This record gives sequence, structure tokens and C-alpha cells, in this order.
Amino acid sequence: MSQKAKKVVVLPCSGIGKVYGALARETAYELMDRVRPGVVVTTCLPLLVIEDSEAKQLVTANPVITIDGCPKSCAQKSVEAQGVTPAQSFQAINFYKAHKDLKPDGIAELDENGRRLAAIAADELARVVDDLAAGGVR
Amino acid sequence: MISLEVLKVGIVSCSGEAVCEGTLSRIACRRVLDDIRPAETVTICLPLFLAGGKEEREFAARYPTITVDGCEKRCAQKSTEKLSGKPARSILIPEILKKHGLEAPTSLRDLSPEEKASAQLVAEEIARAVDEILNGTEG
Repeated sequence: MSQKAKKVVVLPCSGIGKVYGALARETAYELMDRVRPGVVVTTCLPLLVIEDSEAKQLVTANPVITIDGCPKSCAQKSVEAQGVTPAQSFQAINFYKAHKDLKPDGIAELDENGRRLAAIAADELARVVDDLAAGGVR
Repeated sequence: MISLEVLKVGIVSCSGEAVCEGTLSRIACRRVLDDIRPAETVTICLPLFLAGGKEEREFAARYPTITVDGCEKRCAQKSTEKLSGKPARSILIPEILKKHGLEAPTSLRDLSPEEKASAQLVAEEIARAVDEILNGTEG
């Protein structure tokens, strides 16, 4: 990775109603804490709803990856409402569709399958993060 | 005069991906929704207010709501006020922790046993607020 890498903002679904929201959030944490620490950052999605200036600056100045937990795509739409098009948008259910041996469970706290699936998904997203951090297509 | 009985209370939790108190809020709210007052509470994902349609925006018109925020920015309260309606009660996690002499959580992902106990205490405060609203005794 380039030493001059930019920050990449990963915004997960912030839902507390569905397992794939929890999977989206855990995948973002895996990227931020383990896979690309120092490169991946996040913010609270509702800060965009209340038009927080720091949150808005973060998503306008850096490439953004959204990971949604359901087809309502709140994360993607919340970014687009700021006049920003996410560089990449993912649906967390597709992580499961690609690894059907790891059916996640849990909402506030993911089970072991969910945590393993999030770790795998984060590993798979690393290349996308690296491309964006290196100034790839936004 | 016909009295309209309130049957359920809407819980709107801070999602707080970037603050530890947000994690505590999510866990406390799920305990209320799943274990403590499952028949009396419903929830909505906070950003649905923005991304959703008419149904989500009418949430606070249909249910008295309790907002639970993890920090002073009060996203849950402000979003609900802005897009749906005035909450019946607004709870701020740092205030509850301070009131009980508890430390703020330190992890975004995994709460320690002590922090889980704090989440339980917050959940019980939320449940009390639910009861007060349903009994018409909210302060």
C-alpha cells in the first residue's frame, strides 16, 4: 500500500432490527481495527441525518464505502443525501450468499458465524479499500 | 369522550458506530425490545427516517417515542424531532452512567461484563420510562 494513502470512510448500516445490519457494522469494525487500521475510518451514520459538519466534511473529503443491511439502503442514501456518491456500495446479505456455510445470527451482538463471516468479508474488501486509498476511481 | 389507549412505545436508539456509548445504547435497547418489554415496544432504524418513506416519518405520530442517545450530539432525539415528532422521553446514556457512578464503556465492539451490567441498568431505565408512558405517568 502507498505510504501516502488517503483515509477511506466505511459507513455501515446502523440498524438495530436486522442481523445483516449487525453484520455490516461488524465488517466495518473488522476493516477499521484489524484489516486496514489507520486507513479505514467511520462515523455515526445518523450524524449525517442531523447535518453534523464534521461528519459531512469526512464523507465529502474522502472516498466512501457503504455497507447496507437491507434493501432500504439507508447508508448509501444517507451519503447521497449529502451530495456525495459512494465509491462502492455493498449489501451485507451478499457476504452471506458468497459464504453460505456461515449463516449469521444475533442483532445487538453477532454470533460466532457472524463474526467469522464479517472477518472474511473484511478481508475480501481490503483490495477495494487499497484501491481507493491509493486514489483509485471514486 | 373517547380515550385513545397507548399500546406500544417506539424506541429510537442512537446507532453510534463511532462512539462506545452507541454500542451500549444498541445493546440496552435490544434488551428492552427482546427481553424486558417485548410486547410493549417497537423500534425503527434511525437512518430510515432519512432514507425511508411516509411510514417511517409517521413513526412518532403513531407511537409515543423514547430516544436513547450515546452522546451530547443527540442524533436520535434531533432526528426524531426533525423528521417525525417530539419524543415523549429523551434519554442520554452519559447522564445515566454519571447518575449511577458508572464508567463510560471503552470498546466499540465488545462490552466487558461490567459494561454489560451498565447496559442492563440503562435497559431498566428505558423500561421504566416505557411503563410511565403507558401508565400515563410520565414526568
